[in-house]
Amino acid sequence: MFFIAAALMLTLFVFPMWQITLIAPQYPQGVTMYIWINKITGSEEGTLQNINILNHYVGMKYIEPDSIPELKYFPIVVAAMSLLGMALAFTGRWKWWMGWLILGLIGCGLGLYDFYLWEYDYGHNLSPTAPIKIPGMAYQPPLIGNKMLLNFMAKSWPYIGGWFIGGTFILGGIAVWLQKRNTPIA
Amino acid sequence: MKNQSNQLSKLLLGSLAALVLLLSSCGKANQGSASGALSGNAASKVYVAPGQYDEFYAFMSGGFSGQIAAYGLPSGRLLKVIPVFSVDPEKGYGFNEETKPLLNTSHGFIPWDDAHHPALSQTNGETDGRWIFINGNNTPRLARIDLTTFETAEILEIPNSGGNHSSPYLTQNTEYVVAGTRFSVPIPQKDVAISSYAENFKGALSFVKVEPNTGRMNIEFQVLMPALNFDLASSGKGPSHGWTFFTSYNSEMKNSLLEVNASQNDKDFVAAVNWKKAEEYLKAGKAKDFPANYMHNVYSDETHMATSTAMKSVKVLIPSECPGLVYLLPTPKSPHGVDVDPTGEYIVCSGKLSADITAHSFPKMLKAIEDKAFDGEVGGVPILKFESVLGGTVKEPGLGPLHTEFDGKGNAYTSFFISSEIVKWKVGTWEVIDRQPTYYSIGHLMVPGGNSMKPEGKYVVALNKITKDRYLPTGPELTQSAQLYSIDGDKMELLLDFPTIGEPHYAQGISASKIKPKSKQFFKLSENKHPYVTPTEKDAKVVREGNVVRVYMTTIRSHFMPDNIEGIRVGDKVYFHVTNLEQDFDVPHGFAVMGANNAELLIMPGQTETLLWEPKSVGVIPMYCTDFCSALHQEMQGYIRVSPAGSATALRWWLGDEKPVQ
Repeated sequence: MFFIAAALMLTLFVFPMWQITLIAPQYPQGVTMYIWINKITGSEEGTLQNINILNHYVGMKYIEPDSIPELKYFPIVVAAMSLLGMALAFTGRWKWWMGWLILGLIGCGLGLYDFYLWEYDYGHNLSPTAPIKIPGMAYQPPLIGNKMLLNFMAKSWPYIGGWFIGGTFILGGIAVWLQKRNTPIA
Repeated sequence: MKNQSNQLSKLLLGSLAALVLLLSSCGKANQGSASGALSGNAASKVYVAPGQYDEFYAFMSGGFSGQIAAYGLPSGRLLKVIPVFSVDPEKGYGFNEETKPLLNTSHGFIPWDDAHHPALSQTNGETDGRWIFINGNNTPRLARIDLTTFETAEILEIPNSGGNHSSPYLTQNTEYVVAGTRFSVPIPQKDVAISSYAENFKGALSFVKVEPNTGRMNIEFQVLMPALNFDLASSGKGPSHGWTFFTSYNSEMKNSLLEVNASQNDKDFVAAVNWKKAEEYLKAGKAKDFPANYMHNVYSDETHMATSTAMKSVKVLIPSECPGLVYLLPTPKSPHGVDVDPTGEYIVCSGKLSADITAHSFPKMLKAIEDKAFDGEVGGVPILKFESVLGGTVKEPGLGPLHTEFDGKGNAYTSFFISSEIVKWKVGTWEVIDRQPTYYSIGHLMVPGGNSMKPEGKYVVALNKITKDRYLPTGPELTQSAQLYSIDGDKMELLLDFPTIGEPHYAQGISASKIKPKSKQFFKLSENKHPYVTPTEKDAKVVREGNVVRVYMTTIRSHFMPDNIEGIRVGDKVYFHVTNLEQDFDVPHGFAVMGANNAELLIMPGQTETLLWEPKSVGVIPMYCTDFCSALHQEMQGYIRVSPAGSATALRWWLGDEKPVQ
């Protein structure tokens, strides 16, 4: 079971982990951006361009996946963690598993904090020549949840990959608990 | 005395006023009951709530506007006007370099035609929503409109034709669209006395093959008929698949005062062409190559431009050399519409000067051919005996029958121009079931799919030639109109009137569900193969080749790249190749240059279009985006500096701080 929990982490390479959707009257279907462990995509081919066009009115920076270093080294960290977890599964030592889970949670926490920093940067670091300037207004999307940003409702929620990561910790926790129960006290 | 006369006149005026009131209220009451629209819940039947969609698309020919108008039914809301045989400054159609070739003919560029009969493509006798074809009547042409883009994709000129009227009337799998000539003409054209009509003139029936995947048209063969005037056509269905029927008038073979001289014979002819037989003759090498000059113009959604090809010959079949290819069915009297019913058994002919509607029977026609039940011949084409092919007659249903469509429940609906009404009758029993007036002088009518094997018999639309007092007046020129009737019940019910674009000769209707899912939202920039595409802002440039200057320009909300250009000279030919970099739906950009003897460009996302501008005087010329694209649309503008001819002003271009942005 712990093996499966660790393997679930690899789903991050198959599914996006987070989604941010912008909804406005002129965008009845919404514009959705997907954040993967290694890339940023949209609901359509042109989505990123369309978000950048919207953002440029208020002076937000262009979202260019190539300029985000995390998209390059996060995949390595995740792959290594997953492999390590799978290897630890064979040891059957719940304490090591526990350690791995704590390490993973810290990693996720750091990842979310990093995500927050990027959001903060995009939302606050505005071009001084922006066509639309509203004193005191920042355009940082919520870390998690819904928020009105001018005419746009911004929704930020975990997506399939993110749900599986949740599964990693739930399943991992159960595995630790079962293993601990079955392990005779030395 | 004075007082008295005053009182008298007051009394008179008063009673006059009362009379007028009475009369006008009478008029209203009459109109109300006649139209039926005030009774019952007609309004709710045509009400499509804001944000909701219509159930059907209706495509109405624009007649002398050269366009097709797409409407929603039952609401009658106008969705789009598609320029076909016309130029349209709104869309730049016929003005930009990409679409000009579509209007090329052997006579040169012709910006207008008379578009009569739209025909939706069919598969297995059912409308499939892929393309709609329409004929150009004046300078014989056939057009194909792509229903993923609602734009003209192809125009083919028809040689050896004098007016392409009995067209397109395609076959049940869109194997062929047909093009029967209205006027017989000398073939090949030559300088002869007009009075040698009967001897020197011929009427060509063209069969245009449609490539099943691309829709590309090609004239497969022409049948050289005697000097008749062909009017309308209908292709066989089911058992009669393989045949196409053309009505004709002027069996008298006259060339002047036709309104009298071509209305003398009691019967004219329906020409029945066995096109499967024609294919055999073609294979057997029976066709003659006739020299011909005609243009074939095709637009590509990949290169976003049209190309013209000059065609030089056409294959011709001569009926006297090809027995069994074509037969003439005597038909009363100057028949207009010829309509094969959904079962493919009856060929319903509307003799517009006849008191009756005549239905020929396809099985009886085959039998008559087998029995050689002939009644003479015209120019080597056998005439079948009238009685041997007659399937039934609707007796005295009205005056001036023109055209019939079907509802798929065994009923037929025939339009009557002179008595200005629609008559519903039963196929097979030939009894009249119902009649409803139209306002006024109905030409064709349309049931969605009503000319196919699978009609969607919910509505019939009357396409009226005359409106007189039906709408607010607009000076001497009044709108033509469409009228929508419900045909759900036994009785037709008038639901709605609405004005049309130009003259709606004929129309087609189709369930929206067959078109809506395939409708294109925008063109993929990555698939743009235009020779002068500018795929990113970094590729924007200005290139001079002699006095030709090519501006590789882009648009994106909300700027042009470049938006400042210097080094243009008086006498230059400046081509603005503008690529719209947007990749979202409903974000076109427009482009216009002050003083350009041209229209605007209206560039869809991912598309490239070209405006030709020939600056005539020195100065700094403004240009701007014409389509309200965004909050900063008004700022989407720029300048072009024009220097004197031969000046040394350097060719430079930029956006922002004299360097490319982004």
